[in-house]
Amino acid sequence: MISITSPHTVGQNSVSKVMFTLVAALVPGYACLIYIFGWGYLVNALIAVTVAVALEALILVLRKRPVGFFLKDGSIIVTALLLACALPPIVPWWLVAIGSGIAVIFAKHLFGGLGQNPFNPAMVAYALLLVSLPVLMTSRWANVDVLPSFADALTISFGHLDKGLDAFTGATPLDHYKLNIGRLTADNVLQDPIYGAFAAKGWMQINLAFLVGGLVLLALRIITWHIPVSLLASILVMSVLFGSDGDAFVPTSLHLFSGSTMLAAFFIATDPVTAATSNKGKLVYGAGIGLLIYIIRTWGNYPDATAFAVLLMNFSAPLIDHYTRPRVYGHSKAVKGFKNDG
Amino acid sequence: MTQAPHIIARSRVWSIPGGVHPEQHKAESNQSAIEPVPLPSELWLPLSMHIGSPAIPVVKVGDTVCKGDLIARSQSGISASIHAPTSGRVVAIEDHVYAHESGFKQPAICIESDGLDIWRQQKPWHNWREQSVEDIVARIHDGGITGMGGASFPTDVKYRNKHAPIHTLLVNAAECEPYITADDRLIRERAEDILHGAAICRHLLGARTILIGIEDNKPEAISAFEVAAKRLGLDITLAVVPTKYPSGGEKQLIQLTTGLEVPKGGLPSDIGLVCQNVGTLYQIYRTVVFDEPLISRVTTITGQAIERPGNYEALIGTSIETLLNHAGAHLKKADRVIMGGPMMGFALPDITAPLVKATNCLLAPTKKEIPPPIIDNPCIRCGMCEQACPAGLLPQQLHWASKNRLLDEAELHSIDDCIECGACAYVCPSRIPLVQYFRYAKGEIKQERADQLASDRARVRFENRQARLDREKAEKEQRRKARAEAAAKALAEKQAKEGSNEEPKEDPIKAALERAAAKRDAKNTTTETQNPEQLKDIAEKAKAKFEKATQRLLDAEKEGSEMVPALRKAAGKLEEKYHSAEKAYQAAMKEQENVSP
Amino acid sequence: MLTAIITLFILAAIFGALLGFASIKFKPEGNPIIEDINNILPQTQCGQCGHPGCRPYAQAIADGEPINKCPPGGEATIQALADLLDVEPLPLDAEHGEEKGKQVAIIREAECIGCTKCIQACPVDAILGAAKQMHTVIESECTGCDLCVEPCPVDCIDIVPVQTTIRQWHKSKPLTLPEIIATDRPTQRINEEEHAA
Repeated sequence: MISITSPHTVGQNSVSKVMFTLVAALVPGYACLIYIFGWGYLVNALIAVTVAVALEALILVLRKRPVGFFLKDGSIIVTALLLACALPPIVPWWLVAIGSGIAVIFAKHLFGGLGQNPFNPAMVAYALLLVSLPVLMTSRWANVDVLPSFADALTISFGHLDKGLDAFTGATPLDHYKLNIGRLTADNVLQDPIYGAFAAKGWMQINLAFLVGGLVLLALRIITWHIPVSLLASILVMSVLFGSDGDAFVPTSLHLFSGSTMLAAFFIATDPVTAATSNKGKLVYGAGIGLLIYIIRTWGNYPDATAFAVLLMNFSAPLIDHYTRPRVYGHSKAVKGFKNDG
Repeated sequence: MTQAPHIIARSRVWSIPGGVHPEQHKAESNQSAIEPVPLPSELWLPLSMHIGSPAIPVVKVGDTVCKGDLIARSQSGISASIHAPTSGRVVAIEDHVYAHESGFKQPAICIESDGLDIWRQQKPWHNWREQSVEDIVARIHDGGITGMGGASFPTDVKYRNKHAPIHTLLVNAAECEPYITADDRLIRERAEDILHGAAICRHLLGARTILIGIEDNKPEAISAFEVAAKRLGLDITLAVVPTKYPSGGEKQLIQLTTGLEVPKGGLPSDIGLVCQNVGTLYQIYRTVVFDEPLISRVTTITGQAIERPGNYEALIGTSIETLLNHAGAHLKKADRVIMGGPMMGFALPDITAPLVKATNCLLAPTKKEIPPPIIDNPCIRCGMCEQACPAGLLPQQLHWASKNRLLDEAELHSIDDCIECGACAYVCPSRIPLVQYFRYAKGEIKQERADQLASDRARVRFENRQARLDREKAEKEQRRKARAEAAAKALAEKQAKEGSNEEPKEDPIKAALERAAAKRDAKNTTTETQNPEQLKDIAEKAKAKFEKATQRLLDAEKEGSEMVPALRKAAGKLEEKYHSAEKAYQAAMKEQENVSP
Repeated sequence: MLTAIITLFILAAIFGALLGFASIKFKPEGNPIIEDINNILPQTQCGQCGHPGCRPYAQAIADGEPINKCPPGGEATIQALADLLDVEPLPLDAEHGEEKGKQVAIIREAECIGCTKCIQACPVDAILGAAKQMHTVIESECTGCDLCVEPCPVDCIDIVPVQTTIRQWHKSKPLTLPEIIATDRPTQRINEEEHAA
């Protein structure tokens, strides 16, 4: 049925290989998250993946598509894992399930399934949860010193939210710094136990772990360097420009190694379906996300900004594509815009 | 050759974007020497195995020909002549299986070999430098030489249409496709002849440099060139390019060896280059110096379904099946037979097709070696295709455009600049048949352009005709008025006289017209309708028409119209049709009775 | 209150004047949409739409006639017209005929009596010949409109489908997943596709 056409030899790459490499590259980051913030992340990940896979299967059946064929590609697992590691660790199960549902149904399949969604599904889900349930979504990181066991994490997730936990750190380090810098000096703020030697305690390691995973992806050529480099560079430039005054702005080290910076740079912004396509376009796209992350973090109301920055740049991706086409062999210049005038 | 001072230089190499590194598979076929294939009993020579207009046969069935005799002459413009590959008899000129993806048959000349292989009289030019450039180009043209690298473009055109002064002859020895080693072996064994051919071409072009672009996976060929150049005392420049597919594409090799790009829509000659494949240079040498037209070529026959993979020198027109069998093919093991390489070749719909001038490789892989295609996943826009594209295109955007038949969008993304190398499809994790999408879109664009031209022409013709009819009507009106005036005048002058007014004769043509509509339907009698009801209907209609026609004929005879013979003939035909329709109906009825007792 | 009303009136007057000026100043010459429509129509001039040629039909479409009356153009033309006019594409109106693909007229020359009827009928002057001389169709100019068949008194004109040549042939679009799945079921459409492929 499938017509035979050139090239007859093809490489051994496949979508499922790409997706499962991504899953594998997420492992160090996840391990670090679990080590630092407890089993909640694992519980969330399991819930997210289970719900997402089940919903994906259901919708494929409803859409009369082959279920096995599409589940095999593993893309939904990546989406679910990205969502779960963006959520706070101590949240009720239904929040995770709703997030997965939004990602699968609204962000992915309503647009036509794999490859057709204009917005990053995990980020759509995250942003919707964030604006709908702001308290649950921003205040549920356990105190770094009091980690719930796996059993506790399960209990917390399924009903007894506050069991055995007295303390939540209400805010992530980025948030904490921004909230306090108004009345304290940089040195005073950094006295807080949530900060470590270089950046925030824990968050630094988590970001390094995601960085390692990202470098693996780069080495395996699953992603290209363009988006991570331009994204990080634009955060770096912005934070150096504005943040040289530590008493007014969050310092560079916190920007780069706290919050979701590395996760965003290597795993979320690089989602190829929703990113710009050409190398030049990717540079613009990555820089745009970095810029927006910095702007929202610094002058916006949200402690972290990945989801909104990514979604806003998802909007702009087609436009970027139109103006950043590469120069084709033999052409004197690249074709830009929507009309071919030469 | 005189011992002249010579230089063998290594030139700088530039880079090309993209490219892929598929498994080479060259070692299977490049170990043994080029082996001649025994004379087949029958040769089929397609009249159009080159780019351009088909050649026109100059022989008839039954003619005897000698080896090298012209059997089909090239048309003017871009075209190539075809010669008898051996001596024998022309036994057929008809449509024959042709090596093309469409599976369409093409007109071809069949020569039955007499087994003697006698050459026609040849006029060797051992001292070709004494000949004029025009004569040499004419000999290349008469020799039916086309590009041997796979595109089959008539070679002489490159020497006739020079847009700019040519400074470099670029010898394409890259041979980047996996499996193919025909050029590699040819260089190893006949490097001197190739360089001789290059010297002829340089002379024709008035070029300064012979630049040889060759991949670094052919060290033996490189040293063969060096040795040969030394012996010939020829200055050559070697550009050894890294092994990467598709470095052997003409545009890519130019970029690799000179850093220049062929401008969009232009030719290499626009930037002072002429690119020539080594096989073509070898053939130019044989043709110019020994007066041997292009009647044979070296073809790689390889793949795991082949027992003795290697390079074979075979006559053009030999059945591919014969060649495969000669090389010991296990055709049951082969999943498909590919003409060309695994990246750009195509699966032959029928292996009885003859070897053509462009056949540089026959690849018979097993299922395990080249697995059948699998169902493609949706595009995830991963961009790997863009990283692999040597032309700087955005294949995934082109894919969207092609898939949704957005031809303007595809053109906006420069689909015309796609060289169909297949690097994008090679790296695609979704295994999307990208090249097929692009070829589909290109074909549709070509079709649409042709349709648009045709419809524009039709519109102009329609409008012109409309204008002409209006003009004629106006003129007629004027004439009628003038006549009426004259008549009124005459009437006034000769009021007393009266003329007899003849009744207007009925136009026999008009008479025939009325049944034309009905007649048209009569054609259906010969079509596939088998239903007795329909047949009955048709028979009745045919009868009515026949009767009507008879009536018209009688009328016309009465009037003594000049159309009588024609109408009689038509009536006869209709009678025949009526009878045959009636018969068909009767037969169908009978059959039906038999079937349902 | 009064000031607001007066302001609004003044504003309305200014904008009204501007719009009035623009409608006079930028009034389009003729009706360019007819040309655009005519460009999309296949120019077979066959009259199957009920109009004497493509241009009159283009005029009619511009005046609001349905866009689905052109069998030679078929789905592609309807789609292009729908895109141009921003209306819903309709299925081809069967009343006016079926989409048949490209056709060409061929005169069986032995049977031609040289009546010139077909020459007069041909809308694009694609038939050569003179009275009592054999006629022939210039195939490259023939639009396959069928109009010459009717007038022929001896029925010697055939309308045959244009054969695809090896140079015109190109790869068909690859089947996508739903179509490939559908091939598991022996449906009419897929069988046709197989024949086409």
